[in-house]
Amino acid sequence: MTYLYAAYFATWAIHIGYAIYLIGQYSRLRDEMKDLQSRK
Amino acid sequence: MKRLFPVFGLLTGVLLSYALYLALVVAPTEQTMGDVQRIFYYHVPSAWTAFLLFFINFVASVVYLIRRNMKADVVALVAAEIGVVFCTVVLVTGPIWARPVWGIWWTWDLRLTLTLVLWLIYVSYLMLRRFSSSGQTPQIAAVLAVLGALDVPLVYFSIWFFRTQHPQPVIGGGGSIDPRMLHVLLINWAAFSCLAALMFWSRYRLEVLKREVEDTQALEALLETPRGSR
Amino acid sequence: MKLTRATLAKDLRLEWRSKDAINSMLFFALLVVVIFSFSFDPTAEESRQIAGGLVWVAFLFAAVVALNQTWARELRNQVLDAYRVSPAPANSLFLAKAFGNFIFVLMLECLMTPLFIVFYNLRALGPAYQLPIVAVLGTWALVVNGTFFAAMSLRTRAREIMLPLLLFPISIPAVLAMVEATTSILTGEYSARFWIVLLAAYDLVFTTSCLLLFESVLNAE
Repeated sequence: MTYLYAAYFATWAIHIGYAIYLIGQYSRLRDEMKDLQSRK
Repeated sequence: MKRLFPVFGLLTGVLLSYALYLALVVAPTEQTMGDVQRIFYYHVPSAWTAFLLFFINFVASVVYLIRRNMKADVVALVAAEIGVVFCTVVLVTGPIWARPVWGIWWTWDLRLTLTLVLWLIYVSYLMLRRFSSSGQTPQIAAVLAVLGALDVPLVYFSIWFFRTQHPQPVIGGGGSIDPRMLHVLLINWAAFSCLAALMFWSRYRLEVLKREVEDTQALEALLETPRGSR
Repeated sequence: MKLTRATLAKDLRLEWRSKDAINSMLFFALLVVVIFSFSFDPTAEESRQIAGGLVWVAFLFAAVVALNQTWARELRNQVLDAYRVSPAPANSLFLAKAFGNFIFVLMLECLMTPLFIVFYNLRALGPAYQLPIVAVLGTWALVVNGTFFAAMSLRTRAREIMLPLLLFPISIPAVLAMVEATTSILTGEYSARFWIVLLAAYDLVFTTSCLLLFESVLNAE
């Protein structure tokens, strides 16, 4: 039984992990864009 | 177009929740394996999605090699990355399923092994993209993708024959499927496909923006226009 | 064709004259065999089952070390740029390099094999004449892709680790075939025919692809 929940949990952990990675990349990009704007 | 994203996101969330409910509650319990079999509703759609994404990567890579179209390169990169995410899910849920059913974590099951090799090939693809200098990356990455795709049938046959010589347990069971289970499977597949599309869209936008920023930064460095001067 | 032969002859001559690479490779090959023998000390029964895998893993390592410096000389002397502007077909260069590596790795295998036979008391229970066929087909499979990926890795960071990173996943069907073929010949339990055919198919597919795609890799910029 625990195996079932472990599998479902792992699936979502992986997807949420990737989502966090994407959000991190977006915020870094946002910083770089601000930086470029300010230098213009 | 941009406003559609949160709407689509919400719809996907609803669909995923409904699919989860179906998988855990509504779907009938399997006779031999019991409730653990419900992992099937996550394991199989993830595999189908991963394979589809890898196929998209192949097509995009071929398009890039023929047309040098930058959009094709972005599609290839995004498809590979998200494909690896779904592939990881398959490789993690597979052993978790195998352990209670067969008592072993790993077996050279045809689908599972093929998934492992694909995962390795595409991770190496992503590493190549990360480590090569940006001028030539699209080109050599596309070449690697084509070679990887050509490898797939060979991998399939080699594992298939290996298994006939050394019989191994089959994960996921063969044979016909209860129509109620099929229904749950398809709903989960639809839900995960929407999730994949959402991730794809998001990552695509990120990559396009990233490249614009990089181009601007490169241009600035080239022109060397310090603030205040001119 | 003539260009291929000329380039190959030049490479072989240079290697023979320098002897650095050859000597270090030879010693490396010997070390690999000895270390494997320390790590796995099976009975004669068991050794036939595992020798196939061990031998090919050892060959794989030796091949990677040899492959890593395939293009080193070209890189040092800007030869690749010269090739890019010359009307010579890129394929001749690739074939010459691949053949050079092929001969070299085969030579290493010929040296390592007697050592393995001695350390593991090996004796083939199946048709031993098939072993050279497996060796030739298998080595070509590793070398053709290895030479190609070595060229792809040239302008990447961490060039030397990139080669095995790219080579190993794609070589999996070939390595499986080599190992299974060798094991079935040694144990005599199965026929190696399917594996030999698979290796031949693998070689065909990848030799063709590498020849077709090398130009675009060479000119990628």
